[in-house]
Amino acid sequence: MASVDTTTNAGQLLAAASGGRRRRGDRIFSNIAVISAVTILALLAGVALFLVTEGWPALTASASELPGKEAFLDYVAPLAFGTVLAGALATVIAVPLAVAVALFITHIAPPRLALTLGFFVDLLAAIPSIIYGLWGIFVLGPAAVPVMKWLEEKLGFIPIFEGPASATGRTMLVAGLVLAVMILPIVSAIAREAFSQTPRKLQEGAQALGATRWEMIKMTVLPFGKSSVISGSMLGLGRALGETMAVTIILSVSGVISFNLISQANPSTIAANIALNFPDSSGIKINALIATGLVLFAITLVTNFIARAIISRSNVQ
Amino acid sequence: MSAPPPPDFSGLDPELATEAAGVGGRGTLLGSSASSGLLPGWAPYGVFAAALAFCAAVLAALGIFTIALMLVFGAVVAVFGIYAWSRAVEGSRRAKDRAITMAIVAAFGVAMAPLISLLYEVIKRGVPGLSAEFFTEDARGKISGGGAEHAIVGTLVITGIAVAISVPIGLMAAIYMNEYGTGKLRRALTFFVDVMTGIPSIVAGLFAYALFEIFFGPGIRMGVMGSVALSVLMIPIVIRASEEVLKIVPNHLREASYALGTPKWKTISKIVLPTAFAGLVTAVMIATARIIGETAPLLVTTGVVDSLNTDPFGGRMQNLAVYAFNEYRSPGIDKAASYDRAWAAALTLIAIVMILNVIARLVYRRYKTEIR
Repeated sequence: MASVDTTTNAGQLLAAASGGRRRRGDRIFSNIAVISAVTILALLAGVALFLVTEGWPALTASASELPGKEAFLDYVAPLAFGTVLAGALATVIAVPLAVAVALFITHIAPPRLALTLGFFVDLLAAIPSIIYGLWGIFVLGPAAVPVMKWLEEKLGFIPIFEGPASATGRTMLVAGLVLAVMILPIVSAIAREAFSQTPRKLQEGAQALGATRWEMIKMTVLPFGKSSVISGSMLGLGRALGETMAVTIILSVSGVISFNLISQANPSTIAANIALNFPDSSGIKINALIATGLVLFAITLVTNFIARAIISRSNVQ
Repeated sequence: MSAPPPPDFSGLDPELATEAAGVGGRGTLLGSSASSGLLPGWAPYGVFAAALAFCAAVLAALGIFTIALMLVFGAVVAVFGIYAWSRAVEGSRRAKDRAITMAIVAAFGVAMAPLISLLYEVIKRGVPGLSAEFFTEDARGKISGGGAEHAIVGTLVITGIAVAISVPIGLMAAIYMNEYGTGKLRRALTFFVDVMTGIPSIVAGLFAYALFEIFFGPGIRMGVMGSVALSVLMIPIVIRASEEVLKIVPNHLREASYALGTPKWKTISKIVLPTAFAGLVTAVMIATARIIGETAPLLVTTGVVDSLNTDPFGGRMQNLAVYAFNEYRSPGIDKAASYDRAWAAALTLIAIVMILNVIARLVYRRYKTEIR
């Protein structure tokens, strides 16, 4: 009892002695914290505001002034198509793999190895995108050429493999594969988080009823992690939509709108188009590129909003 | 009232009953495989090895043998192989379990293959381009193509300024969220920081360009513009990571400090931050590693240049990632030498990223304050 009283007294004495200074210090410190917080919101608003300001002239300009002498919507449409196609392709390839990787780390690999394996998967996310681009064009592309030839010959009746197969590997399929590798870590990280939080009692209950490991996973882990996998896929899709350098390097572009994944003629993506043309542009062309950036910003924002909404809803439950 | 009907098992697999013993008693029966209708413990490995050997033989016979094809087809054959064998011995449910386990392991292998291939290729192709010249000379007027000193220095300057902008803002915002924040502002911040992590890097670059264009006119290129663009990408990473770290600091430390009459700001700066120090250093290093390799935002803000520039406000400034891109995109007369330099820059970059990641983890492990 005595010691408690002493501390309280000491605290009160201290507080009384340095009362004025303490309050000023506190005020300054908390003000800095609040200002930092508001700065971040202002920054995000600023991104939108400046893109709109600088993109506006292109949105209102007449078709004859814009690059390619076409209206802005006609200019951005094939790019938006290419962006969504590349992003969707990457997501379709990455999600099953990411779920498998997450299941492997959480439920199949020896628990002692799980941390290390997770670290290696995360390393994939640390590699700069320019290096993925170089790897895609020098290593994966050439390696994919015979595979794409085979796809054209055997599966050419499916429109996406219609060909003629590219001889360089600079195709939508290769770009999609590289993007898939790039977004795999984020999707699998979110899936991993959810899978590892599946209540133990459900898993043990399933196994006690005689379920095999796969039946246990199918009945407890996958349903539990479903919404996380969906939102993780959306986040991955958002990444893939905005990814620039890998696509810039790999894809040989020609402004067509085509689902053909293995040919030399591919639609470009918004991000790649900006990276390719921005350094040599000036005047209204810059405004047009910034306006396409605004479109990209809007697409990724919507994707991320949906993903976050799914996450926060599943957290509540 | 009659007794409740017995549970209806008619919908279940008829094999269930006979198999239940085998499945449930897996742990005890695993050792004595010969008598129990179970595959031996080495079965998955054996099947995989056999499948690889089989595919290698078939591919060699067809004359199209490559390691990649062997592994891919081997995995597929192994999945079917283990299914067939297990089905014959253990029944369909166990067979399915084994096949899917094999497929998941194979999928993990497929996911790791790019990492291994990429690291191998970057080292193999990057080493020939490395030389003393690469680190000590710029490329101004060099017929041979010169070195990348200007790019390395530029990377350090641009990234350094970005870190100097992002860490104070990010850290204070994280402190706000964890120590002060209440109500609407906090909720808005949590949500918008999440949204901010999703901003495409090229959009961050365009933002920095648009911002500076308004003040300096069109066509502006400066090192500091790149730093601003990178800050937009780095701040949310710093916030998220340091918020996680601050959350771990136990509340009783704060309460003990308050009980001694310490004001809140001193509690945060003398108790909370030092306790979380190792974690915060780790967070900053990982965030730095994430942005140091960014290319797209710098391509539109800092531009491309051949000579050394150390003044972030003095015009164009080269950096490693853009250097690598440019050596690939517009190679010199000697194409191979340009590509070598691109790969050497990639290797340098990846080395920096890996070193930052590894040091970050070591710092965390070595200096982590014991929190119980």
